[in-house]
Amino acid sequence: MKLSLLASLRAARAAGRPVVLLTRLSDGHQCLWPDEALPGALAEAAQAALDSDRTANIESEGEAWFVQPHNPPLRLVIVGAVHVAQALAPMAAGMGFDVTIVDPRRAFATEERFAGVTLNHEWPDEAMTALSPDTRTAIVTLTHDPKLDDPALDVALKSPAFYIGALGSRRTHAKRVDRLKELGHGDAAIARIAAPVGLDIGAVTAPEIALSIMAQVVARRRGK
Amino acid sequence: MTEDMLETAAAWAEAGEQVAIATVVETWGSSPRPAGSMLVVTASGRMAGSVSGGCIEGAVAEVAQETMRTGQPQLLDFGISDERAWEVGLACGGKLKVFVEKLA
Repeated sequence: MKLSLLASLRAARAAGRPVVLLTRLSDGHQCLWPDEALPGALAEAAQAALDSDRTANIESEGEAWFVQPHNPPLRLVIVGAVHVAQALAPMAAGMGFDVTIVDPRRAFATEERFAGVTLNHEWPDEAMTALSPDTRTAIVTLTHDPKLDDPALDVALKSPAFYIGALGSRRTHAKRVDRLKELGHGDAAIARIAAPVGLDIGAVTAPEIALSIMAQVVARRRGK
Repeated sequence: MTEDMLETAAAWAEAGEQVAIATVVETWGSSPRPAGSMLVVTASGRMAGSVSGGCIEGAVAEVAQETMRTGQPQLLDFGISDERAWEVGLACGGKLKVFVEKLA
């Protein structure tokens, strides 16, 4: 790899701009798409790799190419700077997620409790709107408090986020569903919420609950 | 993981090291590391990342040294049908291709 190409690749990543690295395996020739215009088949393969977030091997004009997408990191927005969030944030970061914790209660969302994690002290609806969840975003509400969780879920359900999870028992969720319906969300939208949050692994402790949540996020991400 | 390895490669190069990057470009069967996984190697022997469960790293690192000397990229084929795979201990039964290139 040329140092100049590595610099361009790093610059794109730092800017959160999706790019694709294409390598011709016969001689190691490389290019960065869409920075460089490419013949149809290669450009199409590059776009497909970005869309699926998967590497690909393709043949173009008798040459084998390795196509490697560099999408911006997946994002996890955690609403509620609670105990489970303290276990969830580092676990998600380890899986490559860019983590943001939203909690207007400054006593909870402290640097001391969440070293190195991005903290957002806005009210959840404002925070969520500004964060503008996309198809590479997962959202988990953990506060238990309708005042904080509901506005976050309201924005989440209007977004294309690939995962929405809400902590709380079945009973808590049933009441939440009623409130979200009053806000105008239909059954199909509400069915997007994983609640009770996480895969059923019998989790009890905060780290176990965090694990069950991340397991479910990964499963959704991988289409399972 | 992949992303971190590019940062590592850049940091090592900036520190004046000669660097080679090995990337998994294709896998078949049971393979512990998906395509795109990277191993970064320096001429001084530093290593970061991985391209397998550890079974072929030694062989890849050797080729990386050669690639740094010659500047020639190489496409390596490891698999159960390949005698070499057994030599280097790919007993997990997978098959993979690794592309090794110099950062220059």
